[in-house]
Amino acid sequence: MWKFTVRRILIMIPQIILLSVLIFIMAKMMPGDALSGLIDPNIDPETIAEQREKLGLNDPWHIQYANWVKDLFQGDLGMSFRYKMPVTELIGQRLANTVWLSLLTLVLIYAISIPLGLISGRYNDTWLDRVITGYTYIGFATPLFIFALVMLWFFGFTLGWFPTGGSVQPGVESGTFEYVMNRIYHMLLPALSMALITTVSTVQYLRNEIIDTKQKDFILTARAKGASESRIYNRHILRNSLLPIAAFFGYEITGLIGGTVFVESIFSYPGMGQLFLESIVQRDYSVATSLTLLFGIATILGALLSDIILSLVDPRIRIK
Amino acid sequence: MSQALLKIKNLKTSFRIKDDYYAAVDDVSLTVNKNEVLAIVGESGCGKSALAFSIMGLHNRAKIEGNILFKGKDLANASPTEWSKIRGKEMGMIFQDPLTALNPLMIIGDQIGEAIYLHNKNISKEQRKLKVIDLLEKVGIPHPERVYDQFPHELSGGMRQRVVIATAIANQPELLIADEPTTALDVTIQSQILDLMKQLKEDMDAGIIMITHDLGVVAEMADRVAVMYAGQIVEIADVYTLFENPQHPYTRSLLNSVPNNKEASSKLHVIQGIVPSLQFLPRKGCRFSARIPWIDVSAHEENPQLHEIEPGHFVRCSCYKHFHFPEEEVQ
Repeated sequence: MWKFTVRRILIMIPQIILLSVLIFIMAKMMPGDALSGLIDPNIDPETIAEQREKLGLNDPWHIQYANWVKDLFQGDLGMSFRYKMPVTELIGQRLANTVWLSLLTLVLIYAISIPLGLISGRYNDTWLDRVITGYTYIGFATPLFIFALVMLWFFGFTLGWFPTGGSVQPGVESGTFEYVMNRIYHMLLPALSMALITTVSTVQYLRNEIIDTKQKDFILTARAKGASESRIYNRHILRNSLLPIAAFFGYEITGLIGGTVFVESIFSYPGMGQLFLESIVQRDYSVATSLTLLFGIATILGALLSDIILSLVDPRIRIK
Repeated sequence: MSQALLKIKNLKTSFRIKDDYYAAVDDVSLTVNKNEVLAIVGESGCGKSALAFSIMGLHNRAKIEGNILFKGKDLANASPTEWSKIRGKEMGMIFQDPLTALNPLMIIGDQIGEAIYLHNKNISKEQRKLKVIDLLEKVGIPHPERVYDQFPHELSGGMRQRVVIATAIANQPELLIADEPTTALDVTIQSQILDLMKQLKEDMDAGIIMITHDLGVVAEMADRVAVMYAGQIVEIADVYTLFENPQHPYTRSLLNSVPNNKEASSKLHVIQGIVPSLQFLPRKGCRFSARIPWIDVSAHEENPQLHEIEPGHFVRCSCYKHFHFPEEEVQ
């Protein structure tokens, strides 16, 4: 098991290196650099050229890349042009917000998809199944950013049940129970919007897995042993059907990253997704590249997590 | 005759296709006694497995008519709770493909142990484990303690089939249904499994229904044989009579289709055509008539019945009296 995990982690190193090279080259290919546009046009172009030389912007790209990586390892992601503060500090504030939002969304995704998928798969081709599959098709067809807007308008503005922005109400003291509840209260609507849309693929997937598994021969064996229907579903079908869902977990995280970009902007939730969209619109390159790198690493970690989970639950690929 | 364990009377199992019901098992009557092997033979798709599943109550959405009297109790329309008390306890089933018949995520010990647990919840875990290891030993698995903790994918096909058998006999059932238990295994393993089943039959005094299309298996195992075609039994007799004196055209064709290693040069006999699919089964007249077109229509009965031509030997339709192979001279 440990051997497998270590080997799997080692594979990540070339993946991350490749990712960083790609991001760096793409950032370099974008027009302009750290000095253009930011500096007073009245400054002597010679001074700018001198500054460029001093900052190493005229070096060949691989030397610049090496310097960038060196800084990365020292925890220096550069300065944000817009906020005039180190990127690490800027992201640090928002990282926790996004992580909590994503976690809540994940919990909601599975809280919705597992019961719905189970019912839909067990009672397939009944009216109940049709209602659930109907919902999944609507979910597939609805763009997240439109759905989130509708949710915001209806539950946030029309009914006023939920706050329409921010991550916590100003004035609530940090560290208290009330503070935690307030944070969750602020996250609930964005998380629910995201979960309701992104969960549909998992519902469908689980439904198909269950329909598939219940026709397998070993289910007949279980029935022939005298197992009751509920035991067959709980003991034999559920576990076999959840395996592929576990494998899907990493992709779920990738999907969440895409989701937070929209949802955080719509709900003005101060997280990384919102920052990402802002940094692109405002050409805050160092922030945009750092965030792309972080999102990329999160995706790779998600895949790692999937593989480890799968190797834990599936004896056929479990390495002793 | 010894005591009848299972008595099936006019069993009809129908499946719904679109809005109509089609009978996959049509008017089947048979008995199985204790310590007796009844073989059911026929081509693929002639209703053998559908019959076995009806006896075990494993059909989900089928209409079952007639009687299935097991130890005097009619199971034809028993409720799921009644079934789950009988299945695995008084009746065990051995499945065709051992590679898929075991849950890939459960260790062998738990899979067999589940059969014991379901019918006797008072047994402690330790006792159950001892029982399972006993069973594994009984079906000839080496190192049962180690196999107990293994997963199905760690065992070979033959070993897995032994596990399937151990599961089926976990509660000493009185009736064992084996649905082509050796089809998926290679020949050397086949004979080991058959020997095992014979021995178990003697040990447990159980009745066995053996479903197969392998006449070699029938000759080795069976006491009596029922030949099925298109959902009906066309001939039933004890195994010697059936092999020595087959009467129904289908039985004779089947026996004639067995490769003969004495005459290497002779061509293999082939039965023309295929078993018609469920929706297109002929519902009137002799169902086999379409595959022996050289026999005159008048030879068949309009509504073929089973005729007892000698004690314990039944043949359906009178066409057997006029049957000959196409290459034979007409007398």
